[in-house]
Amino acid sequence: MKRRDALIAALGLLLVWQILAMVVNLPILPDPFKVFNVFVRELQNGLSKHFVFSLWRVFAGMALSVLIAAPVGLAIGGSKKLDRLFSPLIYLLYPIPKVVFVPVVILFLGIGDTAKIAIMFLILFFQITVLVRDQAAGLAPQLIQSLQSLGAGRRALFRFVYIPASLPAILTALRQSIGTAVAVLYITELSATKYGLGYYIYYNGSTLLDYPAMYAGVVAMSMLGLGMYFSVDWLERKWCKWKFVT
Amino acid sequence: MIDLTSVTFAYPHTSPLFENFSLSICRGETWSVLGPSGCGKTTLLYLLAGLRQPTSGRISIEGEILTRPRPRSGLILQDYGLLPWSTVRENVELGLRVRDFYGEDGRHTPVDFQPGNDVSYWLKRLGIDEVEDKFPSQISGGQRQRTAIARTLALEPDLLLMDEPFSSLDAITRGDLQNLTLSLCTEQKLTLVIVTHAIEEAAGLGKKILLLGDAPNQRARIFENPNAGQSGYRSSQAYHELCDLLWKEMHYEAA
Repeated sequence: MKRRDALIAALGLLLVWQILAMVVNLPILPDPFKVFNVFVRELQNGLSKHFVFSLWRVFAGMALSVLIAAPVGLAIGGSKKLDRLFSPLIYLLYPIPKVVFVPVVILFLGIGDTAKIAIMFLILFFQITVLVRDQAAGLAPQLIQSLQSLGAGRRALFRFVYIPASLPAILTALRQSIGTAVAVLYITELSATKYGLGYYIYYNGSTLLDYPAMYAGVVAMSMLGLGMYFSVDWLERKWCKWKFVT
Repeated sequence: MIDLTSVTFAYPHTSPLFENFSLSICRGETWSVLGPSGCGKTTLLYLLAGLRQPTSGRISIEGEILTRPRPRSGLILQDYGLLPWSTVRENVELGLRVRDFYGEDGRHTPVDFQPGNDVSYWLKRLGIDEVEDKFPSQISGGQRQRTAIARTLALEPDLLLMDEPFSSLDAITRGDLQNLTLSLCTEQKLTLVIVTHAIEEAAGLGKKILLLGDAPNQRARIFENPNAGQSGYRSSQAYHELCDLLWKEMHYEAA
C-alpha cells in the first residue's frame, strides 16, 4: 500500500465523520475540528500521561507475549515429541475467549498493572504460539536436511532456520493481535485505575459528559493502535526484506 | 573411501529398500546412481550423507563409521535448500557461519577449520558474484543451483553428494552445470556421487554407474563408463550403446 493511498483514505474517513456530525448535529458527535482542538488542549492537560500509561501496558503485554510465546511456538514446532505433548492442550485452550478471565486474573493478581498486562498476555500468548508453531512445523524438510548436511545441529538449526523463518509469523501474529490487545486494554482500564486511555474515555464520557474530551481519548487510543500497527509494518520491512522483493 | 558393508535399511513399517547391500567407492571417482522412482536412490544418498542410519550393517567413510553428517561431505538437494530470507552471498556463507557458530569441535566442524574464510572466490568461480545481493526468489533456477554448489564447495569438502540437482533446469543450463560440476570435481579432487533418474545424465557424468532396481536391492549392479566427462563423449557410439544398455536393463528390471 502506498502512503498516498493511506492519506487519501484518512482524509475520506475525516470527511465522513464531518458529514455525520453535521447531519446528526448533537453534542454526542462533535465534528473532527472541534475534537482536534480539544485533543491538542487535553494533551497538555493530562491526556499524554494517560497515553503513556496505556502505551506501557500494551507494549509490556505484547513484549512479554512475544518473549515467551515465540520460543514456546518454536520449540513445539521444531520437535515432534513436544508437539504431541502440548498441541492437544493448545487446541483445547486456544478457542476459549480469554477476556472472560478478566475478573479471575484481577482476583489473583490484584488491581495493578500486573493484572492488566497478564490479561493481554493470556490472549496474545496463544495467538503467537499457534502461528509460530505452524510456521516452524511447516518448514520444508529439505531446508532442514541441507542445513544438517552443512554440519548444523539443533542449536544452529534454531539460529539459522527456525528463528528467521518464524519472524514473519511473529510479526503477523502481532499485527493480528494489536486490535484485540488495544480492545482488551480498554476493558482492563475501565476499572481499578486512574490512569490510562480506557479510564480517560470512560470518565469523560460517562461522568463528566465532556464529549469532545471523550473523543480526544478515542483518537488517542486509535493513534496508539495505529502507531503499533505501523511499527510492526516498519519492523517487517526492516527485518524481512526478502518478503518485499520482486 | 566409502564402504557399505552388508547394509540393510528400511523405513519404519515398510519392507527394506536395501538388504545386505555392499558397495565400495574409491577416492576421486565420479559415480552416478540410476534407477526408477522409489528404488532407494535418494535414501542411499541420505545414508551416505549420514542423515539416515542403516537398520543393520555399517557405512564407513575414510575409515570412520558414519553415525551423523560428516563435516567433509557436501550434500546438494533437488530443490537447492537455500534460505529464502538470505541473500546469495549469505547463503554461500551459511556453511562457514554454521562452523563459526560451533568452532572447530571436530563434530560439526573439522578440527583444522580456519574461521573467517571469504566466499568471494566461490561467488566468482560459479559466476554468481553479480547477483550476490539478491534473494533466491529473484534469481533463476540455474543461479540457485550454482549458489547451492558454491555454498557446499566453500566448505572444502572431499565428497560431493548430489540428489537430482539439475532435474528442474532447462537443457542448456543443465548441460552447462553438468560440465561445471565435473570440472570442479577434477579441480578440487572431489569424489562425486550423483543421483538421477535420467539415463543420459547418468551416462554423461558417472565413470561408474550404479543401477538400482526394485526394492530390496541386494547386489550392486555397476556399469563401467571410463570415458564419461571427456569432450565429445556424448556424441560417441560408446555413449549411445551404454544408454541403450541402461535403458534395457531398467525396463528388464521393471518387467
